Amino acid sequence: MRPWPPVATLTPLTRIGRSMSSTSTTSTTPTQRDTAKSRSALTFRQKLSNFDYKVSPFLYIAPFFILFALIGIFPIVYTLNVSLYDWHLLKGQGDFVGLANYQSVLSDPFFWNAFGNTVSIFLLSALPQLVFATVIAALLDQTLRGKTFWRMSILLPYIVAPVAVAVIFAQIFNQYTGPVAGLLDLFGLDPIRWAFDVLPSHIAIASMVNWRWTGYNALILLAAMQAIPRDVYESAALDGANKIRRFWSITIPMIRPTLIFVVITATIGGLQIFTEPKLFDGRTNGGGSRQFQTIVLYLYELAFPRRDFGRAAATAWILFIIIILAGLINYAITRAIRTNDVKPVKVSKQRPYVTTTYNGGRK
Amino acid sequence: MSALTERLRPATPERFAERRARRRATYERPGVFTYALLAAFFAGSAFPLWWSFVIGSRQSSDTNLVPPAVVPGGNFLANASEVFATVPFFQALINSIIISTAIAASVVFFSTLAGYSFAKLRFRGRNGLLVGVIATMAIPTQLGIIPLFMLMAQWHWIGTLQAVIVPGMVTAFGVFFMRQYLVDVIPDELIEAARMDGANMWGTFWNVAIPAAKPAMAVLGLFSFMAAWTDFLWPLLVLGPTNPSVQTALAALSASGGQTPDNSLVLTGAVLSVVPLLILFIVAGKQLIAGIMQGAVKG
Repeated sequence: MRPWPPVATLTPLTRIGRSMSSTSTTSTTPTQRDTAKSRSALTFRQKLSNFDYKVSPFLYIAPFFILFALIGIFPIVYTLNVSLYDWHLLKGQGDFVGLANYQSVLSDPFFWNAFGNTVSIFLLSALPQLVFATVIAALLDQTLRGKTFWRMSILLPYIVAPVAVAVIFAQIFNQYTGPVAGLLDLFGLDPIRWAFDVLPSHIAIASMVNWRWTGYNALILLAAMQAIPRDVYESAALDGANKIRRFWSITIPMIRPTLIFVVITATIGGLQIFTEPKLFDGRTNGGGSRQFQTIVLYLYELAFPRRDFGRAAATAWILFIIIILAGLINYAITRAIRTNDVKPVKVSKQRPYVTTTYNGGRK
Repeated sequence: MSALTERLRPATPERFAERRARRRATYERPGVFTYALLAAFFAGSAFPLWWSFVIGSRQSSDTNLVPPAVVPGGNFLANASEVFATVPFFQALINSIIISTAIAASVVFFSTLAGYSFAKLRFRGRNGLLVGVIATMAIPTQLGIIPLFMLMAQWHWIGTLQAVIVPGMVTAFGVFFMRQYLVDVIPDELIEAARMDGANMWGTFWNVAIPAAKPAMAVLGLFSFMAAWTDFLWPLLVLGPTNPSVQTALAALSASGGQTPDNSLVLTGAVLSVVPLLILFIVAGKQLIAGIMQGAVKG
């Protein structure tokens, strides 16, 4: 391969001309034999080049697909297989039992307890998070002094790993020695048994999720708000709409796709919550009486402490189906809202808001 | 129209005041209230971390002072050395750096390669495969831990770092992210020109695509690093207590005291576990913010 000029110096037309002349002159000598030789060499090179052109695209995507098949697709599919057998962590594959594992999981009150806890923690974290993220985004969507500082300040919790968040919040919500307990005491209120009672423990765990993710979601919503053309606000202001009115009638409808996106990612992440409830009380798997055991924690307890891979695999697939259903429900609600809408504000030449963003390995 | 009639009206002082008020309504600068609210949110964001540092530098008995302790004590180094004595925290730091760096490098490389192919090369089945990538983005791969664990056991990888690294080597999101970036950023003419100049496909990728992709590669690398650093469930399953990651070491530390954990010790560990990402955040916080906001708007 010839040395390649840096991209910036490329000027296509002159380059093409020069390179054509160089291939025809460099290796050619006057004799007949040499010409034939160089022609055959050229055709070989052309063949090589064609091969290169045709095959390279596949070669470039192949590593991803091979690896992803191994570490992404195969495990999910094979989970289905495991779920149909008696399967012990150490003893390995046992008898084929059909859907018996699913039956036993679905008739297990602990599973439904975990399901209820998961939904409860999800709702307690998703709703406040959405409200606060929207408020923060609206605050940031102004001509602020030191905007980078404010943005970084609300993103700070995002860099704290869920393990550290759980460890810290377990202390903050410690029934006897935490600052929250101190605060309650100061106001003469009865101590709350954060780690023992159902709702308080859910609130404590949800507050961990809220703390870590609100700023992150605020930035996503801020991006959507900034994509709203300013003249829409200006004309609304000229028409006499005040700030609050502009927020409800312009901002909210225009960021709705992003709001829905945030809700969907929060749902997918929220249904798989594990670290926070696991470490809220690290000695148990979701509390002494499973008062904050979530579905993934239930799955974990089945698979590892109890070594029942068959049922754990069935739980994984049940959760998979729940997540898909939640996605479909979200989608249906979105469509229903959209069709009932009173003429959404339409602006031409607008960038598409959202299809995705990195969820930061959210679990 | 209204602008015209307005201009025809006599310019009395009242008119000026009215116009100024209207302009203020349009280009309102945020007032004290906005900054006060933002400061409150900042305090909320920072308090748990700061409080951890404060308690981590004092004694456990200081956790429920009213008002809460806000000034660090002098015990941080003593507590820190006790953390290192209780769990192999230094080993954990090295392990996490290796794991996160390897995963970030791998995700960035394979995603750029595949993303470039999807964005700029023509081949049979391209669109179908891309839809496949997008569809797999939504799959919660966390649910495949049981077969993945069996695979690692079969390969005798339990307790080794590659058991954490290999399952994180590619993500569907990464491919999609790079594809979305490259599709806009490299003009097709540039690739054709490279080909005309006699560059082979790899040369074009290396000399045209990579330089153009660098900003997105940095963002993807940053997020992949953070995701690997903060992951807990999978390292908990495959890494033993003697060869932990930062997260599993911290979890072990928090369980080390049994019924009566040493609170300030645990919080010191939490603070220590946050420090590497905090440094990264201070250095690359702007890119992180841009990455989150771009990811949201670009699609």
